Amino acid sequence: MRRIRIERAPAPLGLRLAIPLLAVGVTFALTAVLIVLAGARPLEGYYYFLIAPLASRVSALEVLVKSTPLLLTGAAVTVAFAAGYWNIGAEGQLYAGAIAGAWLGVVLHDWPPALAIPMMLLGGFAAGVLWALPPALLKVKLAVDEVVTTLLLNSVVLFLVSFLLNGPWRDPISGWPQSPEISSSAAFPKLIPRSRLHLGFLVAVVVIGVLWYAMSRTGVGLKLRATGLGFRASRFIGVDVNKTLLGAALVSGGIAGLAGVGEVAGIHFHLIDALSPGYGYTGIIAATLGGLNALGVGLAAVFIGLIETGSQNVSRALGVPAYLGDVVQATLLLVTLAAFILQNYRIRFSSDRSRDNPSSGELVEGEIP
Amino acid sequence: MEAFVVSLFAATFRVASPLLLGTLGELFAERAGILNLGIEGTMFFGAFVGFAVGSASGSLWLGVLAAVISGVLSGFLMGLLAVTLGVNQHVSGLGITLFLTGLSLFSYRLIFGEPKVPPSIQPFGQFSPFEGVPILGQLTEQYVLTYIAFALVPIVWWIMRRTAYGLQLRAVGENPEAVDAAGVSVAGMRYSALMFGGGLMGAAGAFLSLAQLGSFTYGIIAGRGWVCIALIIFAHWKPIRVLWGALLFGGVFALQLRLQTTGAQLPYETFLALPYLVTILALALAGRAAAAPASLLKPYRRE
Repeated sequence: MRRIRIERAPAPLGLRLAIPLLAVGVTFALTAVLIVLAGARPLEGYYYFLIAPLASRVSALEVLVKSTPLLLTGAAVTVAFAAGYWNIGAEGQLYAGAIAGAWLGVVLHDWPPALAIPMMLLGGFAAGVLWALPPALLKVKLAVDEVVTTLLLNSVVLFLVSFLLNGPWRDPISGWPQSPEISSSAAFPKLIPRSRLHLGFLVAVVVIGVLWYAMSRTGVGLKLRATGLGFRASRFIGVDVNKTLLGAALVSGGIAGLAGVGEVAGIHFHLIDALSPGYGYTGIIAATLGGLNALGVGLAAVFIGLIETGSQNVSRALGVPAYLGDVVQATLLLVTLAAFILQNYRIRFSSDRSRDNPSSGELVEGEIP
Repeated sequence: MEAFVVSLFAATFRVASPLLLGTLGELFAERAGILNLGIEGTMFFGAFVGFAVGSASGSLWLGVLAAVISGVLSGFLMGLLAVTLGVNQHVSGLGITLFLTGLSLFSYRLIFGEPKVPPSIQPFGQFSPFEGVPILGQLTEQYVLTYIAFALVPIVWWIMRRTAYGLQLRAVGENPEAVDAAGVSVAGMRYSALMFGGGLMGAAGAFLSLAQLGSFTYGIIAGRGWVCIALIIFAHWKPIRVLWGALLFGGVFALQLRLQTTGAQLPYETFLALPYLVTILALALAGRAAAAPASLLKPYRRE
């Protein structure tokens, strides 16, 4: 007689690598229902969604444009989450960076680009750090839960933006609620002519690269991941948990700030209140989908960029509302979360004799006739 | 001056209503040990479903009922992730908010298209049992849903404090092992709390679309769900304190709306940001750990 049982043990490596692909497949099967409801054929829908954006050079570059802020917010969320610091505030930190960028972009009008642009990046990073600082300090000094504080500051920064755009920064010429245009010397140069792909993409790729190296190859990264696995155990092996948490929270905020600078200096050239359609939250999707591994997060961010571009495509070609893209992203997140549970379990087929092995905590047992 | 104060207080009750409904909903979830960050999306979905069903059927109450059912289903989805699968509650809650927000907007576009003027329906009217009485009549000139929201405060308090169900619910949030040992299903309690609370969140959304606005807009919830998350900490997870908190927050919002029109010196955004900043300050002074249910955020696994 053969027995089948499910144990709590790491799943085989092959399955663990296949989980994201499995999640993508399940997501598309589920969201196909919405495409049908919208009166289109799912396969045709997914052609416009996933293949068509890559078919032309212009739209393929647009995928990279869309993924630029997501690479950065994804990296930001990864740094924090990996350390066990639940920074939900990347959206607010992004806007803090954008405010700094919009201000510096005007103030630095007589600086040469070679100095103004590094200054923009530095300023955006610093603003993100600053916006991440209060929740981080409250966390390490007073043990105040960071989820609620970072979340609330997302709303506060939007009021700050609204105040600036309706008050002191209102465009004096047009009267629109947007900040004055930043000077050309502070604007990010285009990486490829006749496209919107700008320096911010290069910055994002470098950040992902540095993050991958730091997390997997340095002592700092090791301490970070140890902290994320458990505060008490990390203290036991001599990691300064508070210092690690504070560092992770602030670096996370800074990276999210870079995303804000990129959108101001590379895309809009103004601060506007609709600068981000929720890139900070989408960064959480990218980080989760990428399994908090820098390279995985990079892939996930580009994939989400593809979904964002593709949803515009589906809307134009088939009249399916572009919000389909938002639903697909969120479904992907939920399905991935559920699928990751699979990686902690292993299905084992065994003969009667090996049952006596006491080492594994068996959960479910059944017989195969 | 008197007219200003009376209308300010009347508006405070109105603004506080959805906050009360949402926060009492979240109270159920958190008291059972689940932080439901799906609240923002559940309210949004409730506002949409309420409006869609209300305008299709012509019955506002059918709309409210549908919104409550949509909230119950959202709570069930949260239970599936956070209770059955034991997934991280922060990420699954946010995921549900993103999912329901996207789903609402997608469906709205599908049903109503992209009209220049957003479709609207005749919303609930306001009434007063003290019609004609000066001041009292004006203060009590409210929606039925507002009366229901305020009546729910003592009811929820009674459920939590005076019923076996409430005792078990609070015990599940504090010490699930003990509840399990007593033969009560931890998962069952948590599901019921999430679904009951979700229903209230759905009703909060329906209040905005079917009573306050009579239409559904992109910014209809505008972070009210997050205000509820803040309120619950502010209220130390106690229903009666939720009432004071909601009135305080509602009062600040109502005041802000009036100052905006009178052209006061301070920018109105200061007042809008105030509740958030006050909550952060309150957190810093009180420390969250003091009053939070002990097993909040911890999935329960029988060892």
